[in-house]
Amino acid sequence: MADLETFGSETRSWLDANCPPSMRWAADGSGDATLGDELAWGGRTAKYANPETKLWLDRMAERGWTAPTWPVAYGGGGLDKDQAKILAREMAALRLKPPLIGFGLTMIGPLLLEHGTDAQKKRFLPEVCRGEIRWCQGYSEPGAGSDLASLQTRAVLDGDEWVVNGQKVWTSYADKSDWMFCLVRTDTDPPKHNGITFLLFDMKSRGVSVRPILLISGASPFCETFLEDVRVPKDQVVGGVNHGWTMAKALLGHERSMISDAFSESRDRNQLVEAALKHVGAREGRIDDPILRDRIAQLTIDKVALDLTIARTKEAAKLGHQPGPESSIFKYYATELNKERHSLLMNVLGPQALGWDGDGFDQEDLQATKAWLRSRGNSIEGGTSEIQLNIIAKRVLGLPD
Amino acid sequence: MALVLDADQQMLKQAARDFVKKESPVSRVRKLRDERHPEGFSRSMWRKMAELGWQGIVVPAEYGGLGMGLTELACVLEECGRNLVPEPLVSTLGLGTSAILLGGTAALKSELLPRVADGSLILTVAYQERGSRYAPNRVETKATRRGDGVVLSGEKVLVLDGHAADSFVVSARASGAAADRQGVSLFLVPRDTPGVEVVRQSTLDLRGAAIVELRDVELPASARVGEEGGGVALLEATLDRATAALSAEMLGGMQAAFEMTLEYLKTRKQFGVLIGTFQALKHRAAEVFVEIELARSAVLGACDALDRGAREARSLVSVAKARCSDAAMLVGYEGVQMHGGIGMTDEHDIGLYLKRALAAEMTFGDAAYHRDRFAALSGF
Repeated sequence: MADLETFGSETRSWLDANCPPSMRWAADGSGDATLGDELAWGGRTAKYANPETKLWLDRMAERGWTAPTWPVAYGGGGLDKDQAKILAREMAALRLKPPLIGFGLTMIGPLLLEHGTDAQKKRFLPEVCRGEIRWCQGYSEPGAGSDLASLQTRAVLDGDEWVVNGQKVWTSYADKSDWMFCLVRTDTDPPKHNGITFLLFDMKSRGVSVRPILLISGASPFCETFLEDVRVPKDQVVGGVNHGWTMAKALLGHERSMISDAFSESRDRNQLVEAALKHVGAREGRIDDPILRDRIAQLTIDKVALDLTIARTKEAAKLGHQPGPESSIFKYYATELNKERHSLLMNVLGPQALGWDGDGFDQEDLQATKAWLRSRGNSIEGGTSEIQLNIIAKRVLGLPD
Repeated sequence: MALVLDADQQMLKQAARDFVKKESPVSRVRKLRDERHPEGFSRSMWRKMAELGWQGIVVPAEYGGLGMGLTELACVLEECGRNLVPEPLVSTLGLGTSAILLGGTAALKSELLPRVADGSLILTVAYQERGSRYAPNRVETKATRRGDGVVLSGEKVLVLDGHAADSFVVSARASGAAADRQGVSLFLVPRDTPGVEVVRQSTLDLRGAAIVELRDVELPASARVGEEGGGVALLEATLDRATAALSAEMLGGMQAAFEMTLEYLKTRKQFGVLIGTFQALKHRAAEVFVEIELARSAVLGACDALDRGAREARSLVSVAKARCSDAAMLVGYEGVQMHGGIGMTDEHDIGLYLKRALAAEMTFGDAAYHRDRFAALSGF
């Protein structure tokens, strides 16, 4: 106990002394909207508009605190659970921004720790921790969306290398990433889940080309990635040939919880009310449109119920209970609710929602409209709502196939 | 916040489940209906519940109760809701006891609460009037000063378990217009007071409700519950507790109706296959599950907030009732639809749950009423 207390106080003073001013959240939450630009995604070609972003990354990486619980040998902090909790608590208390974000830390890193070879861990994890490598995920294909296992990208062994041909789609930040982790078909014979392999390759490899995708909401991080005779050394397979589906499932579950986390922690709960007061007005303290007011109340109530459910799950986890069936609803409900919130915001803005750019519209209105369009993808990416309902029906309710 | 039941609460809930399963299958409710039982519930069952201590759950220990909170009451009511248990728990513990706990003098508490706890007093609140819908401030029943006492005249309707109640807490107006918040007080009216006439009303869910006529009902000054003129605020606080209790009962009902429907999806065959294999039904069943889980969190949140005396308790009560009302109706509608023809028959239990869902929705305010209240409490 005393050791932990010492660790806590030392951690706090080190963090406070070493975190640059611009790497701290404003107390009133202002500026959170621009968070993506200020945070470090890492990578070979990363450009840091704010030098303090890089400084914060380097200082934290030196202590291994970009990945606090990973082993020291792989560039992590080697902290145990209690110490990691204290570090997280102190960072929250000081309102510090994370020093590094991205798929390396949240997805491929944890997967390699669990399923990678020692050589793979030594090769990739320290680079991840130092923010020197940025990863993208190559799962979806034009013909394999919700039915991911029907993917067609082929890898054929030629000597010590796999030769990969095919096309990936919805690869977030493929144009900015250094490496891809992806699923390829290595066997077409057995039932479709069994012939898939999890591969890593350098995006600079010959035969890799990337094209950004323009969405209905405008520019997006998504890309199409074309793979033409890409040669991947054999030792870049993770989890064994034809065992890719097991790897993919482990990662997908993670992605779903990330997506629902992101929505549950949105800080703009009163955005609808504020917008309604601005665009619709109030009479005797009430939004002056009874139908919009009712819909806003409904949505806010739904959000409270979702937050309570998330709190209930967290509390149960703290008490050491297994996750209950309620945890299966988060991805589905959080994304559906987010879509509803955005579409209701369009109704609240009314004619002001029509702007695309230029004169006559506030920046806020223009952003709201693009965010509304973007939100329609929430229930598609990371497992569609229909897939989520299938999962609940099968795994939780035990309905027959 | 405490949104996960502790070991004692889980034990209480399990014991209630076992008791209800054994002593009160849904067939008991049918039997009471079919034999046109004058009270619609069983006094011997009420006594058994008292032996288990249920009526004393929210009564403080100094008045002979267990001194527990709404969270514990909710554990028991949820289990009662599963089998549509008709005994007057929501009225006596949610309404009557809350009014006395929150507004009664020490003398009134000593007189009434031990009798609640031992099961010898059925106590309810008479606040609704014809046309008042759910608004506690819409009171036309008159309270006129006479000597040191007061005289009540008026009519209350849909008084929960009023047909069996030994005493009523009645809202009445001494001054102001029909919807003013000021000028209303609450009074304790024993059923045998001259001028009180009780007529049982027949409601679709087979529960107890009554019209209570008050014709020149003379009461002593000591009959007043709470501050003079402060009746609406006291009534609102009372209704908050009763609404949380009712929401817990609704949660049990929707859970049971959903389990019944799931079972049907897993056993009924059409076109040579189980109907539970149809995606059109799977997705709807999954959506119902989501609604029930959200309702459960809302009920736990509301009870916990009331027990802690938290500032957000009122809002959370409206969240719970709005959510439970919508969810219970959804479960009822989907339950009947997924059962198909058999679901429309009186013989099948699913219809009883749909009827109870509607009655519970319309008790203490429906979903729209609570959304309006939530918005007002949230400042929009």
